[in-house]
Amino acid sequence: MTDQQQRKVVLSISGVNKTFGGLQALTDINLKIEEGMTHAIIGPNGAGKSTLLNTCIGRITPDSGHIQFEGKDLVAGFTPHAINQLGISRVFQTPEIFPELSILYNVMIPAFARRDGSFKFNPFRSLRKEKEIEDEAMSLLEDFGMADERHHHAGSLARGNKRRLELAMCLIQHPKLLLLDEPTAGMARHDTNRTIELLKKIKLRGMTKVIIEHDMHVVFSLADRISVLAQGAIIAEGAPNEIKGHPKVREAYLGSAVL
Amino acid sequence: MQTIIASTRTKDMALTALFAVIVVTAPIWGKLIGAGYPDLLQKFAIFGLFAIGYNILFGLTGYLSFGHAAFLGIGSYTTVWSFKLLTMNAIPAVFFSVLLAGIFAAAIGFLSLRRSGIYFSILTLAFAQMAYNLAYSVLTPITNGETGLRVLRDDPRVIDAALGIQSEGSPLGDFFGLTLTGYNGFYFCALMLILGFYVSLKIFRSPFGMKLVAIKANQTRMEYTGFNPRPYLLSAFVISGMYAGLAGSLMALVDPLAGAERMQWTASGEVVLMTILGGVGTLFGPILGAAIIKYFENIFSAFNEQVLHRIFEFLPDWLADIMVLLTNPFVGEGWHLTLGALFMVVIIFVPGGVIEGFRRLARWSTRFDAEAAERRKAEAEEKAKARAARQAADEGGAK
Repeated sequence: MTDQQQRKVVLSISGVNKTFGGLQALTDINLKIEEGMTHAIIGPNGAGKSTLLNTCIGRITPDSGHIQFEGKDLVAGFTPHAINQLGISRVFQTPEIFPELSILYNVMIPAFARRDGSFKFNPFRSLRKEKEIEDEAMSLLEDFGMADERHHHAGSLARGNKRRLELAMCLIQHPKLLLLDEPTAGMARHDTNRTIELLKKIKLRGMTKVIIEHDMHVVFSLADRISVLAQGAIIAEGAPNEIKGHPKVREAYLGSAVL
Repeated sequence: MQTIIASTRTKDMALTALFAVIVVTAPIWGKLIGAGYPDLLQKFAIFGLFAIGYNILFGLTGYLSFGHAAFLGIGSYTTVWSFKLLTMNAIPAVFFSVLLAGIFAAAIGFLSLRRSGIYFSILTLAFAQMAYNLAYSVLTPITNGETGLRVLRDDPRVIDAALGIQSEGSPLGDFFGLTLTGYNGFYFCALMLILGFYVSLKIFRSPFGMKLVAIKANQTRMEYTGFNPRPYLLSAFVISGMYAGLAGSLMALVDPLAGAERMQWTASGEVVLMTILGGVGTLFGPILGAAIIKYFENIFSAFNEQVLHRIFEFLPDWLADIMVLLTNPFVGEGWHLTLGALFMVVIIFVPGGVIEGFRRLARWSTRFDAEAAERRKAEAEEKAKARAARQAADEGGAK
């Protein structure tokens, strides 16, 4: 415990509420994500997991409450691109990539955002001079086993591979906080295991992650801490072992599933 | 199809050189297709520039503007005013036209880019129609309304007056002593077109251009990747507006007058057609589209019944009459019908435009070549085998 108390809190969500029409999507959410941790958020469909991530990246503004990232309040008028520039990257539930561009360029573009900021006017600079970024993208694609396909259109990839590409696009930004919305959904078992290995490697580098996942195999291989969300509220939080045995969690989410 | 590529320096230079050669030799190859006169060649170059610039906005970012004719008009008016007040030299005229078109594009773009999709198109259309109507009404002191703005002998022209330059007859655009009419006018336009093409090529090969295409591909991803799309879009809008200003300026350079009809929405629509017909988002497509449309306009609108009768002379009289009857609505005043038909054929069968059509042809021919080569190889192998077998049989016989 002493070790955990010393850890810096990267993202702190306090008292966040959100309603859509009559639906209470998030109720008084309090969550602290500590540096270097992999924090999993699990819960049944419609529990509000994606909504919670959306409030963190400026896609949804909460009705009340605060979201602080390294001491800055994200609710107070940060646009999505400004939030990304602070160091938060996100993998979406449905892959958001650039389908018309090559796989290599898909990975290079986020690297430009990291280096050049949210706007840079350089119409006369040649892409040939961007060797450094191209090399970085290539080495990342090699890690992902996609180097040979680098000139293919990203749109031609299978869904699971689009998701892995999106993960590569986020990683090249070296984010301080990586948000993953079901990073292995739609992947074959083999690719899922590969992705888990990749995510473990990132963890060794100390990147903080929040991960939403349905696949319990993935959750228990990666997570340091787990929060359980049901009907828009956090009903349990703890280390994986505590969550496994938690009666409320079994009732709300796991049902009779044997872990 | 990937539009943005990191090409080698040599390849880019070769591409520009090839383009320059094609443009400069236009008076020669133009003769072969009946377009070898300066008026039409000037139009090729001017509308080519207009379309190249438009393509930087529409082709790369996918934002469809219906108001670029406004910048064309602004360019023309500015050039005529530069002629009236400063000098008949082309350099200040071009400079101020591009600058002013850029300023107006920044203002209109800033407001229009608050929306995307169809709303953006409607906003740009509204601004252009506003400019058109202003030019006809309240701005008459600047635009000379319906009559059009023209250069007069007794205009002040302070720089020319200070240098003691006086023109005989009606004043014409000039480039350090060269009068910019006829082929001189064409070569000046051609020089600008080559420059404009090179700038467009640079943009297509830059990280900036790559980001513009990325905005078209997935604007949401761009925002959550840390880019602010608005200034990128505005830059593209201003650049394309400056190209339009340059094109408008060249129109007034080779023929020193400016009228409001240049700003009408049909002119904005024309550049959209040119870009789509040639190939949206390609380097050469828009220029090709501009040339095709201007060529058709000049060639088919010049046809009349007598010309058609002469074309169908070789047929029996009754058949010739029927053919003339059928084709007559497509020529002369009706040349737009030909254009419409062509446009439909292109959109339905090769939505990527004429450039896409060329690409498909090239792919077919290479596949055809490859198949032929394989067939030849197989035949040769068979022959060799047969020969070997025959030889073996002969040897066996000899023993």
